[in-house]
Amino acid sequence: MRADFRIWGLLPAWVIMGFTLIIPIGIVIAVSFAARGAYGGFDWALSGEPYVQILYQVGWTDELEFNPQYLYIIARTLWLAAITTLICMAVSLPVAYYIARQPRAVKAALVYLVTLPFWVSMIVRVYAWLMILGNDGVIEKALVATGLTSGIDSLLFNDGAMLVGMVYSYLPLMILPVFASVEKLDGALIEASHDLYANRWVTLRRVILPLAWPGLMAGAILVFVPCLGAVLEPILLGGGKQLLMGNLIQTQFGGGRNWPFGAAIAVVLMGLVMIVLMARALRDGGRHDAA
Amino acid sequence: MTSRGKAIEVEGVTKDFGTFRALDGVSFDIYDNEFFTLLGPSGCGKTTLLRMLAGFDAPTSGAIRLHGKPILDLPPHKRRVNTVFQSYALFPHMTVEQNIAFGLENLGWPKDRRSARTAQMLEMVHMAQFARRRPDQLSGGQRQRVALARALAPEPEVLLLDEPLSALDLKLRQAMRDELRTLQRQTGITFVFVTHDQEEALDMSDRICVLGQGRIQHLGTPNEIYEDPANRFVADFIGETNFLPVQVISVDGDMASVKTPMGQVVTTLQKAATAGQAATLSLRPEKIGMEDQAVGEIMQGRVTNKNYMGGYTHYTVDVGGTELRVSKRNAISHSQSFEIGREVRLGFRHDSARVLGA
Repeated sequence: MRADFRIWGLLPAWVIMGFTLIIPIGIVIAVSFAARGAYGGFDWALSGEPYVQILYQVGWTDELEFNPQYLYIIARTLWLAAITTLICMAVSLPVAYYIARQPRAVKAALVYLVTLPFWVSMIVRVYAWLMILGNDGVIEKALVATGLTSGIDSLLFNDGAMLVGMVYSYLPLMILPVFASVEKLDGALIEASHDLYANRWVTLRRVILPLAWPGLMAGAILVFVPCLGAVLEPILLGGGKQLLMGNLIQTQFGGGRNWPFGAAIAVVLMGLVMIVLMARALRDGGRHDAA
Repeated sequence: MTSRGKAIEVEGVTKDFGTFRALDGVSFDIYDNEFFTLLGPSGCGKTTLLRMLAGFDAPTSGAIRLHGKPILDLPPHKRRVNTVFQSYALFPHMTVEQNIAFGLENLGWPKDRRSARTAQMLEMVHMAQFARRRPDQLSGGQRQRVALARALAPEPEVLLLDEPLSALDLKLRQAMRDELRTLQRQTGITFVFVTHDQEEALDMSDRICVLGQGRIQHLGTPNEIYEDPANRFVADFIGETNFLPVQVISVDGDMASVKTPMGQVVTTLQKAATAGQAATLSLRPEKIGMEDQAVGEIMQGRVTNKNYMGGYTHYTVDVGGTELRVSKRNAISHSQSFEIGREVRLGFRHDSARVLGA
């Protein structure tokens, strides 16, 4: 009776998960093995072609030539996501530490400020960076006003601008878990460290960092995973010249009219995310066994 | 005492928190190899004083010297003192061994000397078999020992202890008192111990500094502080006592004659009494004898309350309208006990009472 209820009682959850998650993923996987339709869409036909297309292109003489252009995009995506994650980690630790050391009321206000950008549409926020970085933007005006320069080439439409946008977009997702772990850190531990002849640097490296590590790791997942699928920043700030995987997928379902290829890249992206999550889960499991 | 070196000199230390004066011109010396206790109720400034010695707080004015050298300009990691924290503050991500070796690593001890010292400390606090454990796998008493070993390992000039026993249960606290005292004798390191527990202070200390309202109320040996308290605050804070409002008849040097509310004239040691003025007579409950133990100044009273405590029985006795607390040792099994309502004969020796300020 009880065991039955444990299964059937969860039926609503099963239904929601099934219809909104498992079935759509199944469809994407199915489409990734289909053939490209003549007028867009796809035709049912079991084919590995979309996956082959990631690595090879069909040459003039109908033979497959190795073409690394999509690999480059995947590599660039991983690279930018990793750099973004590292910058977020480096920035969030001092910010979280500062917030955690404030009196209760100030702390609550600062945490609220960190989450405030989430209330504004992502597109609007990324657009704001156009005005900051663009020609005649805030930064250029400031530089000209101080007489440092008489004018600069646009700061926009390069990897740097894209990186700034991605760090800005996902930083709160890093600050919150890091804050949660830093806040639990007993101030007496830091005093104990100083008391035992550790200077600030040693205290940071040997006491604060190891104890903030769970928060940093949780934040890294929260930042790295959405970075892999970033679409807005490459288009608006990167100028759409250099694509990331998210743009590539979007293009294939839109202008490119190659759904199976788009689906195949989406499956690869999902695979990358799963590898990251599983690597972390295995590491955590290993750590618990060791303890 | 004067031939011993001064480990710490505290000179005119004042500390203000906003408009609140936590410490008001406190001065004292702590000698080498001494077990020195800062005792007082919460908020008396004892922990602030300890934190100043460690370097976590700075006084508003005044000076502190460690073996003759001023230390107020030194950050905590450059002071050769170590602290045993109230919460122990063991590093949760390190093993017991790593915790103990932490200070030695920062001092740059070579590896072999470090591990030898760590092993020696583990042995000293009887924790050798727990070297590889993490703090969350230890009991409260074991953590306490690790915290001690960690603080003693770098051979500090002075060891600071911030209410280290307050988190332990009663039995363990008793055992740790003896261990702390033994450790202090073994190592010969100066201990500065902060507590609000007067029993702990009396038990362990060479000298006690009683702090109250930001000032030193009394500094002396446990015996001096208990038997000859400097003022009402000290007599009240250390142990139990009866305070009787008295009228001073005459003062002769250290001695004063006073008239008690029960009508007797008592002549004994005085602190701050002026002839013709009101004063307070402090009379400890165990200094009053009952029935066959009643000697000296004899009074008649009636038992109004009785608390059996095992080793002692505490009575409240009404003597002509004045309530006196009397404690009687149960020296033999089934010691004579006095029921509520019974008339009893009480007595105390004049030199057991003390005349204090009103």
